[in-house]
Amino acid sequence: MELQAVLMAAGGGSRMTDLTYNTPKPMLPVGNKPLMWYPLNLLERVGFEEVIVITTKEVQKMMSTDPKMKPDVKMKLDVVCIQEDGDMGTADALRHIHSKIKTDVLVVSCDLITDVALHEVVDLFRAHNATLAMLMSKAHEFTETVPGQKGKKKTAEQRDFVGVDESGERLLFMANEADLEDGLSIRKSIMRKHPRMHIKTGLVDAHLYCLKKAVLDFLADNKSISSIRGELVPYLVRKQFSKTINCPNIKDDADDQNLKMNDGSTNQELVISSRDEPLLQLAQERSCWNDHRGDMSEAYHGGKLRCYVHIMDKALCYRVNTLAAYIDANRLAPKLFEEPAVHSTAVISERCQMGSDSIIGAMCQVADKTSIKRSTIGNSTTIKEKVKVTNSIIMHGVTIEEGCNIQGSVVCSNAFIGRGADLKYCLVGNGQRIEPEAERTNEVIVGTDQLMEI
Amino acid sequence: MADSGVTDGAVGKDGIQQAKIEGKELTKEEKQRLRKEKKQQKKNKEKNDENASKESEEKPVSAAAPTPTQPSQKAPSAVPTPASLPVPVSEPQPAKSKADMKAGRRARQESERASKKKGDAGQPAATGKAKAAPSELQPVVKRLPEHVQVDNPDVLKKLAKKLEKQQIPLRLDYGHKVSLFSHLHQYSRRAPLTQQIGIPSTVIHPAIVRLGLQYSQGIVAGSNARSVALLHAFKQVIRDYTTPPNEELSRDLVNKLKPYISFLNQCRPLSASMGNAIKYIKKEISNIPSQCREEEAKSKLLSCIERYIDENIILAAKAIAKSSIEKISDGDVILVYGCSSLVNHILCEAFEKKRKFRVIVVDSRPRLEGREALRRLVQRGISCTYVLISAVSYILPEVSKVFLGAHALLANGYVMSRVGTSQIALVAKAFNVPVLVCCETYKFCERVQTDSFVSNELDDPDDLIVTRKGRTQLEHWQEVPSLGLLNLVYDVTPPDFVDLVITDLGMIPCTSVPVVLRVKNVDQ
Repeated sequence: MELQAVLMAAGGGSRMTDLTYNTPKPMLPVGNKPLMWYPLNLLERVGFEEVIVITTKEVQKMMSTDPKMKPDVKMKLDVVCIQEDGDMGTADALRHIHSKIKTDVLVVSCDLITDVALHEVVDLFRAHNATLAMLMSKAHEFTETVPGQKGKKKTAEQRDFVGVDESGERLLFMANEADLEDGLSIRKSIMRKHPRMHIKTGLVDAHLYCLKKAVLDFLADNKSISSIRGELVPYLVRKQFSKTINCPNIKDDADDQNLKMNDGSTNQELVISSRDEPLLQLAQERSCWNDHRGDMSEAYHGGKLRCYVHIMDKALCYRVNTLAAYIDANRLAPKLFEEPAVHSTAVISERCQMGSDSIIGAMCQVADKTSIKRSTIGNSTTIKEKVKVTNSIIMHGVTIEEGCNIQGSVVCSNAFIGRGADLKYCLVGNGQRIEPEAERTNEVIVGTDQLMEI
Repeated sequence: MADSGVTDGAVGKDGIQQAKIEGKELTKEEKQRLRKEKKQQKKNKEKNDENASKESEEKPVSAAAPTPTQPSQKAPSAVPTPASLPVPVSEPQPAKSKADMKAGRRARQESERASKKKGDAGQPAATGKAKAAPSELQPVVKRLPEHVQVDNPDVLKKLAKKLEKQQIPLRLDYGHKVSLFSHLHQYSRRAPLTQQIGIPSTVIHPAIVRLGLQYSQGIVAGSNARSVALLHAFKQVIRDYTTPPNEELSRDLVNKLKPYISFLNQCRPLSASMGNAIKYIKKEISNIPSQCREEEAKSKLLSCIERYIDENIILAAKAIAKSSIEKISDGDVILVYGCSSLVNHILCEAFEKKRKFRVIVVDSRPRLEGREALRRLVQRGISCTYVLISAVSYILPEVSKVFLGAHALLANGYVMSRVGTSQIALVAKAFNVPVLVCCETYKFCERVQTDSFVSNELDDPDDLIVTRKGRTQLEHWQEVPSLGLLNLVYDVTPPDFVDLVITDLGMIPCTSVPVVLRVKNVDQ
């Protein structure tokens, strides 16, 4: 078998707590499908037959009852539950399932919505015998107004600095702004090998990684690494240019190198080797190909550890981890699949004005004289007469009484909007009741129990 | 020339046979005679035994002739069959003698199997299978391989069917082809075959997918490198192979390898050295006795592969280096073209043996492989000069010898190598500079070719597009209907331009290649 897929669906959604305090992030509806359906659909389309899903018990329960998951996802899902306390990072989760992994691994995050041609990433992984291959995308500006946001909070808080070589495929440098307090420093050894480096900051990490099995074995021994994105990937990118990997015969310097690396307690070295190593060496020697030119070294500078990145610019790629991303994704996700905009079981009266870019979920009831434009209506929602819904996201089980005007808002599941309410750019939390004739603008309406949480 | 002489008893029909094999135009009387004989054979269907025995007589003789028809049955796309030049002549033939060919081939196979097993079962099987076996007429009409008949829609349909059966996707041709080469495939590097197969590839072993990708992207390039990488991938396949129940390893493994070979062929047409390596492996696999345990059989195959690489690549390179060093004297100026792993090895060895010489590296677009050769030589300390092929006639007065590498050596003494080699050989001949070709014997192939058109490889035409000062002139070349971009990979050099071929069997003239082939066949 070539690759095993692992879906990380235990994330807490820490940046959109208003939405996730009741519904776990993997089950948030986007275009009336749970968020984790999208990466599963991507894997299924490409040809995977089995996926290991790492998630919490709550999500597992919801998965088994959700009408979308069972018929649509034909792959075999091997669900592994972990504790919900949130102490387990993504790398810890991989360590947890280490015994199930028999070959190289493709790790996908549950909040990724994309239509990338996955073979581009995997081809880099295969062709160059890479240790890590990841996907990044040019960040899109979020155009929709985010409800509940007071003022412009548009600054990118934590930029990622990504350094790639001339071809745009080899990953040379990766660091987060938070780690670069003293400025960006690049080692001379890297500059000597790759004198031309492009440093990009406007990239969004899709959290899709192809990892070699050796990396997982390394993770199993090194318990200090707990996050793939935060620790493992920068470590691997740095390790590409470390001397110990490239010169395995210099064993006495290994300890000095370890200290210099300043990696804490990484006691076990990452050993990348393959069966029939000498034969592979011979083939590479005899091949008249080099990945760079201008200096005297052989292909890949003789390094065995290689990290590659595929940067896509035109295709759709969203990571739904903030409210703005969630709203944008709801707009664009329907383009990914060709389901009819109006579900067959929805009951829509004839005098309803529905825009073509709206989606109505199953078993909805939409009464007369309503106007629904650019919105997503969830399953089992009831919309009474003379309601105007524009640019909004209505989740499942919501009841909207007559005469309401909802604009640019997000209404979570099982909410109740009283008659004549006027909501502009609001976020109505789960199960909330909006009293009739209420007028709310740019507010986050959540329950008191949510307010108590920190 | 093509030394495929089938010397037989009956003279008249043999004459026709000879003419067919040599591809001469059959005269009217000969054609009439052929037709009469066919009718006679159909009547003589009952006389199997006599025919079969006569068949078996002819078999050892005809087996000596280039036996591409047999392996072509097993792996038509893998082994290059003798693509004889006169296409129009051979085409009407297959229609007539298809049944005879099949029967003849089957009978031949049976007899060979019988001779292998030394059993009596061979003969009666041959008699059973040889239905309308023509005793006198030996139908050795060569079938053209698929990869040089791309403009024939029937051939393409057959290929598509075959690939569908093996569950390998068909790679589509790209771009407008120059009319002279419209019979060859032309693929684009931006549309790899992996687009069409599922990501955790279940049909094809992951090592083979990786190899195919490396071939199509040019990461593994060069005849020796490709063969070594192929054998490495086969080692992984054999390691991961388990015999299904009720199957024999010797037959099932060969069947398993067929779709892999088709896949690799779709990624990039197989080279002659790869074809020979595949032939060797298939032979080794089918020679495994059925009572051998799986573990034992697998380890035996793995050691066979290692031995093959050792003998034919590593030791051969050493032997060739040893012979070539005698030819390099102090003060020599050696011209090399492109990046040949063997020639680089020779020069590095000679330098280590303290010979004083300098090298001129000639390079050509679009591959610019000479830069890699330059790097390897300069890294060792050899003083080099670098020119493009357009400057070859200006630099040749300085040159004392030319060393060329080869992709394959054809049975008529022609050297198939990177495009541009024949140019260099021609100019060197004009300047009376000796041209030495270095080639291992495992690259010798039984094909016959006298020009570079009949069988070649077309690389991605977009490689020719270059961006200078921010402008790409050829960016929209596809929109110009009268413009075609041609990116040839190989060309053939006639033996008149080559003075010596240095092989691991010694230094031979170009015309001795068929002798070497015959010796190798007898050995096997």
